[in-house]
Amino acid sequence: MTAAAGNIPKPKRRLGDLVFSRVSVFAGILILVVLAAVAVFLTAYSLPAFFADPKTLSSSQPTSFWAYVAPLAFGTVWAAFLALLISLPFSILVALFVTQYAPRRLATIFGYIIDILAAVPSVVFGLWGIVVLAPSIVPVYTWISDALGWIPLFSGPVAADGRTILTAAIVLAIMILPIMTAMCREVFDQTPRLHIEAALALGATRWEMVKTAVLPFGRPGIIAAAMLVLSPAQVISFALFHSENPNTIAANIALNYPESSGIQVNALMASGLILFVITILVNMLARWIVRRRAAFSGAN
Amino acid sequence: MSKRIEAIGLNIYYGSFLAVENVNMDIKPRSITALIGPSGCGKSTFLRTLNRIHEIIPGARVDGKVLLDGDDLYGPGVDPVLVRRQVGMVFQRPNPFPTMSIKENVLAGVKLNNKRISRSDADDLVESSLRGANLWNEVKDRLDAPGAGLSGGQQQRLCIARTIAVKPDVVLMDEPCSALDPISTLAIEDLMQELKKEYTIVIVTHNMQQASRVSDMTGFFNIAGTGKPGHLIEYADTAKIFSNPDKAETEDYISGRFG
Ligand SMILES: Nc1ncnc2c1ncn2[C@@H]1O[C@H](COP(=O)(O)OP(=O)(O)OP(=O)(O)O)[C@@H](O)[C@H]1O
Ligand SMILES: [Mg+2]
Repeated sequence: MTAAAGNIPKPKRRLGDLVFSRVSVFAGILILVVLAAVAVFLTAYSLPAFFADPKTLSSSQPTSFWAYVAPLAFGTVWAAFLALLISLPFSILVALFVTQYAPRRLATIFGYIIDILAAVPSVVFGLWGIVVLAPSIVPVYTWISDALGWIPLFSGPVAADGRTILTAAIVLAIMILPIMTAMCREVFDQTPRLHIEAALALGATRWEMVKTAVLPFGRPGIIAAAMLVLSPAQVISFALFHSENPNTIAANIALNYPESSGIQVNALMASGLILFVITILVNMLARWIVRRRAAFSGAN
Repeated sequence: MSKRIEAIGLNIYYGSFLAVENVNMDIKPRSITALIGPSGCGKSTFLRTLNRIHEIIPGARVDGKVLLDGDDLYGPGVDPVLVRRQVGMVFQRPNPFPTMSIKENVLAGVKLNNKRISRSDADDLVESSLRGANLWNEVKDRLDAPGAGLSGGQQQRLCIARTIAVKPDVVLMDEPCSALDPISTLAIEDLMQELKKEYTIVIVTHNMQQASRVSDMTGFFNIAGTGKPGHLIEYADTAKIFSNPDKAETEDYISGRFG
C-alpha cells in the first residue's frame, strides 16, 4: 500500500462473494459445455446421413435427406404451435379467473388444485390422451370429414386410430395445460399492486384493469413459460405417441431408434440435430419478441 | 367540475379491524385540503375511501357516508367504477404504466370504457393534460418514448397528467412528493396551485412545511395507540392549525413534541 492510497481501504475479498462468483461462472460454463457437447455429438453422428444415399435413410426410401426430415420438422413445429394455440387461451383465462375474479377462498383452493395438477408428470396426461382421447376422437374426425369433406382441407380418409397431428396437438395441449396455467397464475399474481391500483383509480372496470395492467405486465413471462413448458413436453409426449407413421421428429426417433442400425441411426441423429436447431431458433424468436419492447417492460 | 366532499360518520375497516373511526369532514370545492398526522393514523386509509379504492382490498369496508356534491358515493346501486372516474388519485410512488408510451399513459384513462376519441382530439388532450401537469415542454419531442424512462419527478407529473386527462371533479394525492427531490416537489406544489382553480384537491403529506405552504384547510389525524382506530382530531383553516390550534394534541404534533 503506497502512502498516497493509505486512506483508501483495500477492497476486502469476502468468502461469500468469492464462492458465489466462482460457482455462477462454473455453472455458466458448464451449461455452455453441455450445449456444445450435444451439438458436436449430434453433428458428428449426423454427417454421414447428409452424404449417404437417401434411399437407405429409412424404410420409406425418401428421395433426399430433406424430403425425409422436412415433413417431420414441419409436424413438430405445427403440432407445438397448435398445442399452444389450444392451451394458451385456456391457461390464461383460468389463471385470470383465479387471480383476478375468484373470491379469495375459492382462489386459494383453485390455486392448490392447479399446482397439484401441474405437479403430475405430463406423461400421465399424455397417456390419457393416447389411450382415451385418441380413439374417442375418431367419430369427430369422421363427422368433420363427412360434413365438411367438400372443403379440400377436411377431405380424405380419416386416420383409423385417430392419431393425427391434430390429436397429437390436443394431447400435447392437455399435457401442458396444468403447468401452463400454474405458471400464468404465478405471473399474473406478480402484477405490481401499484399498476393495478393505477388502472382502477382511473376508473377501469376489472376487465379493463386486466387489459391495462395485468396482461401487459405478464406478457414476457407467459412467452417464457410457453417456451419452457413446450420443449420437454414435446420430447416426452411424442416418445409415447406410438403410431405406424410418426409425424414429429421426437416420435420418429423414439419409435424407430430401437430397430435402426447403421446409416438409419445417423439419419435419426440428423433429425435430432434439426430438432435442436429448431428449438434454438424458436427460443431466439421468443427472446426477440420479449426484447423488442424491453424499454416498455418496466424492468428498470 | 370541482365538487364538495362531505364525510359523515365514516368508519373504515380492514376486515374486523376498525382503522379509522367516525370521521366528519367537509371539504370545499376549489381548495386544497391537507391531511397530516403520525404514521399509521389512517390518512391513506381515509383518502382511499374517497374514491372507493379502499374496498379493492379483500375484507375492507366502510360504514357512514361520503357525499360528493350531496350524492352518497356509498349509496345503493352506485358503481365504484364511475366514482373513480369522478375522483382521481395520484399515488405515493409514481406509477406510469410501464408498457405504455408517455402519450398512451396520458390517454390510458380516456380510452377506458370503449370510449372512442379522434386522433386530433387525442393529440389535443395529450398536449393540454401535459401542459396542465407542467410536463409538456420536457416531453413534447418524445411522446412515444416509454413513460417509465422519465425521471421520478417527471413520472409523477405524468401520473398527474393521466389523472387530469379524464377530467375528474376531485384529485386525491397520497404523499405525491415523498419520492421526489426538492425541485420536483416545488414543481408539483406550484402545479397544485394551478389545479385548485378547477379541482377539489385532497393531499396527504408528512411534510408540515408543505401542508402549510400549499393548503387552505388542514385536517390532523391521530391515533391513541397501536391497534386503536385513528381519529380526525382537528380540522380547520391551515393558518389556524399552524398558529393556534384548538387542541393540545395538534399543537404537540405540529411543534414536533409528538410521541
Ligand atoms: N391493507 C391493509 N390491511 C390491513 N390493515 C391495514 C392495511 N393498510 C393499512 N392498514 C392499517 O390501517 C391503519 C392505518 O394505515 P394507513 O396506511 O392509513 O396509515 P397512514 O396514516 O397513511 O400512515 P403513513 O403516514 O405511514 O402512510 C394502520 O394501523 C395499518 O396497519
Ligand atoms: Mg399513508
